Amino acid sequence: MKHASFIFGSWGITAVSVAAYAVWIIRRGRELAKHATSEEMPWT
Amino acid sequence: MSSAASKRRVTIAVARKDLTIEWNSRILVNQVAPFAAIVMVLFAFALDNDGILQRVAPGLVWLATLFSMLVVIQRSFTVESADGALDALRVAGIDMGAIFAGKAIALMVQLFVLELLLVATAVVLYGVEMTLAGFCEAIVTLLVATVGLGSVGTLYGGLAAGARGRETLLPLLLLPVVAPVLIGATRATEAAFGSGGTTVSEGWPWIGLLLVFAVLFCAVGTVAFGPLVDE
Amino acid sequence: MAGQSGTGTSATRRLGIVVILMLGVLALCGLWFSAEDVVQGSTVRIMYIHVPSIWTAYIAFAMTAVCSGVYLSAKNRSLAWDRVAGASGEIGVLFVAVSLVTGSMWGRLTWGTYWVWDARLTSTAFLFITYIGYLAVRQLGGTHRQRARRSSVLALLAILEIPLVHFSVSLWRSLHQEASVANPNAKVELDGLMLFSLFLGLIAFTLLFVWLLLHRQRAMMLEDAFSDRGLDVAITARRNEAGA
Repeated sequence: MKHASFIFGSWGITAVSVAAYAVWIIRRGRELAKHATSEEMPWT
Repeated sequence: MSSAASKRRVTIAVARKDLTIEWNSRILVNQVAPFAAIVMVLFAFALDNDGILQRVAPGLVWLATLFSMLVVIQRSFTVESADGALDALRVAGIDMGAIFAGKAIALMVQLFVLELLLVATAVVLYGVEMTLAGFCEAIVTLLVATVGLGSVGTLYGGLAAGARGRETLLPLLLLPVVAPVLIGATRATEAAFGSGGTTVSEGWPWIGLLLVFAVLFCAVGTVAFGPLVDE
Repeated sequence: MAGQSGTGTSATRRLGIVVILMLGVLALCGLWFSAEDVVQGSTVRIMYIHVPSIWTAYIAFAMTAVCSGVYLSAKNRSLAWDRVAGASGEIGVLFVAVSLVTGSMWGRLTWGTYWVWDARLTSTAFLFITYIGYLAVRQLGGTHRQRARRSSVLALLAILEIPLVHFSVSLWRSLHQEASVANPNAKVELDGLMLFSLFLGLIAFTLLFVWLLLHRQRAMMLEDAFSDRGLDVAITARRNEAGA
């Protein structure tokens, strides 16, 4: 494929940044939920 | 306290108070104007090249205005938040729209003086030559752009006022918003200066853009200032 | 159970699996199965990720504006609206950043330069900076109500500012010569699989946005609850001190 480095690079940048953000909010949510009461978490 | 006459009285009182403080401290003359002037000199060092300065002089005037404006706005709200004056006025039930108008007018007066100085600096340092029609257009541009900058500056200045780290927050919030003013005012001033072979008549549509901006943010500022600075 | 599940529920877990599967199919179609474009060649493959990113950013900022408007106009002023607005703004900033990067990589291949001063690109850069400012204002401190009110007004101001910036930048560009590049959007002919990849990308990214938004605003809810509790604890401690 022509320009493979740019094409895979752009997909890679998108995947890595979105995945990093997703992991960050999941971990933050888990961390916070450890100390939360069930009234503070109405979705459970 | 809500009649039109009392609002006008509040507006005038606030504007006069800000200008009196300014007059007594002379920060604008002693600190901001020299700062703006040195910025203009530094531009000349950075861009030293035959003919470039004359061509980019309008852009440099407005960039220097924007940078100096940040300093003036911060000063205008340090005065208020230092002793909680804005809170006191709000608690007293005074119309926030009128306070906005008063502070905006005081800011506009200061900015206008500053811009006159900067244009004069450009004429002297950068060898700008103007026709009479160009001079009139430059004055109109300064007036209209100043109304826009003053209103939007007061609006965002009030938001950043009571906050930690406001020195860095204000440029981040304000500079993107005033981009249309920089574009419009620079093009109109280019026409007035005749830089790059432009003619005076090319400037008027840009003044129209500045006018739209000014009217829009005067109206929005009067409405949005209260909720924004509300503590 | 509450302690382990974090901000997830069985619904978000199922949604997450669907999103991952769809993104996998998108990668296969976009990078492997779909043909190269007649005009753009292989660079069209960047579009399958770039277009959904900017689409998601627009959805996110529209969501921020709508929720801010609802917060200000609703009678009960529920902070939930403010949290959704904030979470959405944060996700929008992420996606607009990603699409600026992928877009300039595409531009480098197509135009030979990472950046052209075209109105759409310049306004997108302003969009990015404006919402970074919005997020900064959310961090200013004060009570939740202050944060909500300030940031809602700011989000509505942004709605006013963005068209104005776009309009003036277009005027500014129209004065100068057009960027000397072929307009690549003019004749992109999409065959069936390319169209499928594009729509799959839009749907997958929209669902991804929903998933991120659900998690983020729940995490914000906990953050708010904890800082309230911290405040309560501080006030009680103060009272006890004063009473003693």
